[in-house]
Amino acid sequence: MAGSGVHATVAVLERHLTLYRRLFWASAMSSFLLPVLFLVSIGLGVGGYVGDLGGVSYLQWIVPGVMASTAFQMAVGETTYPVLGDFKWTRGYHAMRATPVRIGDMVAGQVLVMVVRVLPQAVVFLLVVLLFGGLRSWWSVVTPLVCAAVVVASALPVMGFSARIDNDGYFALLFRFVMIPMTLFAGVFFPVAQLPVVAQWLAWVSPLWHGVELCRAATLGVAPPWPVWAHVACLVAWTVAGGWFAMRGFARRLAV
Amino acid sequence: MAEEPLIVARGLVKRFGEFTAVDGIDVSVERGEAFGFLGPNGAGKSSTMRMISCVSAPTAGELRILGMDPVRDGVAIRGRLGVCPQLDNLDTDLSVFENLTTYARYFGLSRAEARRRAGELLEFVQLADRAKGKVEPLSGGMKRRLTIARAMVNDPEIVLLDEPTTGLDPQARHLLWERLYQLKRRGVTLVLTTHYMDEAEQLCDRLVVMDGGRIVAEGSPRELIARYSTPEVVELRFAGGADAAVKLDGVGERVDPLPDRVLVYARDGDAAVAEVHRRGLAPSSVLVRRSTLEDVFLHLTGRTLVD
Repeated sequence: MAGSGVHATVAVLERHLTLYRRLFWASAMSSFLLPVLFLVSIGLGVGGYVGDLGGVSYLQWIVPGVMASTAFQMAVGETTYPVLGDFKWTRGYHAMRATPVRIGDMVAGQVLVMVVRVLPQAVVFLLVVLLFGGLRSWWSVVTPLVCAAVVVASALPVMGFSARIDNDGYFALLFRFVMIPMTLFAGVFFPVAQLPVVAQWLAWVSPLWHGVELCRAATLGVAPPWPVWAHVACLVAWTVAGGWFAMRGFARRLAV
Repeated sequence: MAEEPLIVARGLVKRFGEFTAVDGIDVSVERGEAFGFLGPNGAGKSSTMRMISCVSAPTAGELRILGMDPVRDGVAIRGRLGVCPQLDNLDTDLSVFENLTTYARYFGLSRAEARRRAGELLEFVQLADRAKGKVEPLSGGMKRRLTIARAMVNDPEIVLLDEPTTGLDPQARHLLWERLYQLKRRGVTLVLTTHYMDEAEQLCDRLVVMDGGRIVAEGSPRELIARYSTPEVVELRFAGGADAAVKLDGVGERVDPLPDRVLVYARDGDAAVAEVHRRGLAPSSVLVRRSTLEDVFLHLTGRTLVD
């Protein structure tokens, strides 16, 4: 009967999937249609002015950026209000706390459900982009996995943040001063090499930039700016540090 | 050899910084018992419950639940407890039925077993017709019953109920008490906190009275009333205020003047009333009633339970 270990993590994942089923269409629209609109407007519109970038069309160049940043935005969106809500309003975590579900199960289950969501989204996006002629390499097939890694690396630290605040006003600060700058300086729409070195630093610490560059290397079939292992190591570092930060935040908030 | 009590606390303490919520209590709860923590708000009841439900670590003292250590074996203990918290934490975006199946999965029940249990329990708490509905439109009493059904989903050995009927109307309370009484008959050990003396009298085989983080009395409702009160109480109100209390000296066994009324503790209430009239006193209202736990609490602490 003990629901410890994998079983409890799966149970948490199922709870979030059951909740997600109600919002499936609304959320599928925003996480799939929106990036396609981005591609059409910026990829074709801006691309018409910009022309080619390093031998590839602008559309092909931003496809991986849009893909990774969509994953990043989902991770942030799903770990701000929903996490605070489960502490403050529905008290879903308190309900779990009274069962054999452990802190690690709560965190892992919720991150896994985002992985389960991002994988099919990324695959469908790839297929649509393929019709636009947006892919140049078979390596493109690894991009859903990179998106999953971006989701995990960015969701965990934000969960830790949401577990520590009591007022949703802090989310406005997170969006304005962290999420938007990170998206702007992550090589989604232009190479970060264009930026002054100080701004490049911003990109280097951002989990999104590493995800964008890995995706871009894959869809264009070129080598990424840093060795692959270095990009992966940065994502892993965010995952480990973020996981620790989230677990501690949850444990503190639930220990009264 | 007698079975070890399901819950044993010795010198249990819970401090939050400088504030001592639970100040060294000794408690033991036997299997099949309905055990209550009675006391006003802030007496330390809920802090005690959170330690028993293994979500809050004791600051000092000893606590064993089902023969295990709540800090080390929290997961194993929680798997055998059912918790009905003071604040509702139902999943408002899930249906009534899904609330139970989702929760059952936390305990490791298979999906089929979870659905079977959910159906059974909704029958038990008389919510089967609301299974597919949302949680939000349910009344307070229905939400409480759903929370109790949820607490039963893992077939727990101990069910912990923190203020189970606070905020409910009288009819909803009676329905809830009746369901809890059914649980008790099935042999489930109930541990509850309440600041309602009628609830404690209705449900508890044995209880402790808490005040300021300490236990001030322990026993069955009947024992406590016999020990700390008289069988009957006469409530007298005087138009001119409580000055009449002086003239009541010697009526009954004890006289307790309150701001709005005077309580006369007596073995025979009617005889006490006759004596009041014989002394020429004319109270504006007279009520003879059975002694309750409220009187016990008043006697022990000098204060009423519900402010």
